[in-house]
Amino acid sequence: MNHKMIYLDNAATTAVRPEVLDAMLPWFSAHYGNPSSIHAAGREAKIAVETARKQVAAAIGALPQEIYFTGCGSESDNWAIRGLADVAKGRHIITSAIEHHAVLHTCEYLEKKGYEVTYLPVDEYGFVSPQAVKDAIRGDTILITVMTANNEIGTVEPIAEIGAIAKEAGIPFHTDAVQAVGAIPVDVNAMNVDMLSMSAHKLGGPKGVGALYVRKGLRISPFIFGGAQEHNRRAGTENLASIVGMGKAIEIAAAELEEHGKRLTKLRDKLIGGVLKTIPDVRLNGHPTQRLPNNFNMCFRYIEGESLLMRLDLAGVEGSSGSACTSGSLDPSHVLLAIGLPHEIAHGSLRLTLGLDTTQEDIDYVLSKLPGIVQVLRDMSPLYHMDKAKENA
Amino acid sequence: MYSDKVMDHFEHPRNVGEIDNASGSGTVGNAKCGDIMKMDIKVENGVIVDAKFKTFGCCAAVATSSMATEMIKGKTIEEALALTNKQVMDELGGLPPVKIHCSVLAEESIRAALEDYQKKHA
Repeated sequence: MNHKMIYLDNAATTAVRPEVLDAMLPWFSAHYGNPSSIHAAGREAKIAVETARKQVAAAIGALPQEIYFTGCGSESDNWAIRGLADVAKGRHIITSAIEHHAVLHTCEYLEKKGYEVTYLPVDEYGFVSPQAVKDAIRGDTILITVMTANNEIGTVEPIAEIGAIAKEAGIPFHTDAVQAVGAIPVDVNAMNVDMLSMSAHKLGGPKGVGALYVRKGLRISPFIFGGAQEHNRRAGTENLASIVGMGKAIEIAAAELEEHGKRLTKLRDKLIGGVLKTIPDVRLNGHPTQRLPNNFNMCFRYIEGESLLMRLDLAGVEGSSGSACTSGSLDPSHVLLAIGLPHEIAHGSLRLTLGLDTTQEDIDYVLSKLPGIVQVLRDMSPLYHMDKAKENA
Repeated sequence: MYSDKVMDHFEHPRNVGEIDNASGSGTVGNAKCGDIMKMDIKVENGVIVDAKFKTFGCCAAVATSSMATEMIKGKTIEEALALTNKQVMDELGGLPPVKIHCSVLAEESIRAALEDYQKKHA
């Protein structure tokens, strides 16, 4: 390999920050107590969990007792939706067409159980219309769930407006903020959300731990039955070291939010601008400014996403795509289809998500390699040939 | 997930391009599914003397197109018609199960090019 690997898939997962790993290590073997134990080892473990709970709560403007640790962001989404549906009187749920599968597949499961779900469409940028949310509310609506920021195209949704509508109607509002927490300002009160899903490994923490915020007074059913952990709502011995890691990671991310947001936005815009300038027949997916600071998502006409990813990988750049071949199904990304892209264009998408260690030089390197790679694939593509022949005719 | 041979044919695809005045050509697949293959063949005295392809598709689609062109060169029409996607896959050292459908296109594109040739020379 003649070049270091440039990792631009931080929306998939991030490296555990060194300070986070340092904070976690003692809790594996030096201090391994069960937080439920009465003795000293148990008490110090309990204190560690509660400290992490305070750190998570502080990062999103919540109270510590409103934070429940879970196994991942998907669990948080599953729990929020199923837990609420279990106890609510009513059969209707409102969500959007571009949610993460953790939300969509939970909703589909509930449909099989007799619930009705409205999947709101989005506009060309991926925005959910607050007015459409309002219009979809029925007498039997029990929950509104709309993500804070989209994981594929980075669009930041008008959550505060949707939250205000939900509050006025008296309907619980859940948001999947897995990509947003640690990336953009998130405040549960300013946004009027009643439940919020988070994940540690998207923000410099370890995999295998997430959290669900549940507003005080909101009733949802327990997710795991057993011991008294997590206020009797999510039993099972706590993932001690990872919870400590999540607390530390979210504390640092919140403190550095503004600084990193500015830096990444600049790099992101340089990448987007550079591609637009040097490669024809491309389109930016998502909104130019109302997007996550680290998210680049573009479609390259006439080529297929997996081929593009593999060629980039061979050149030392790691990204992701919404093509069918990378999703394991025959259809390209549901998000790209929902913003109105035809299949053949959606197949040619590339997502690059920047991280803490992404440098100016990394972006320059990508911009130096991408045009050549795209051209090689286009020269190989019968679609390119056919279209260009038409244009020249 | 891909064999070294698949990666080699993906990174250095053989016989990319088109043949002027091809004896036969066929295009299969569709953009909706994310795979299109165009195959050109040149036939002399009943033997395929050249084959070139263009493919819009994933790594597996590109590698199978490339390998298929290598395999049919020098073969008679009858021999080429007998080529299956399984033979192409085996020659590539196998494909991940989710990618097997991509290899079907290679067989289909060769068949389409051969049928085109036979129609022209009936």
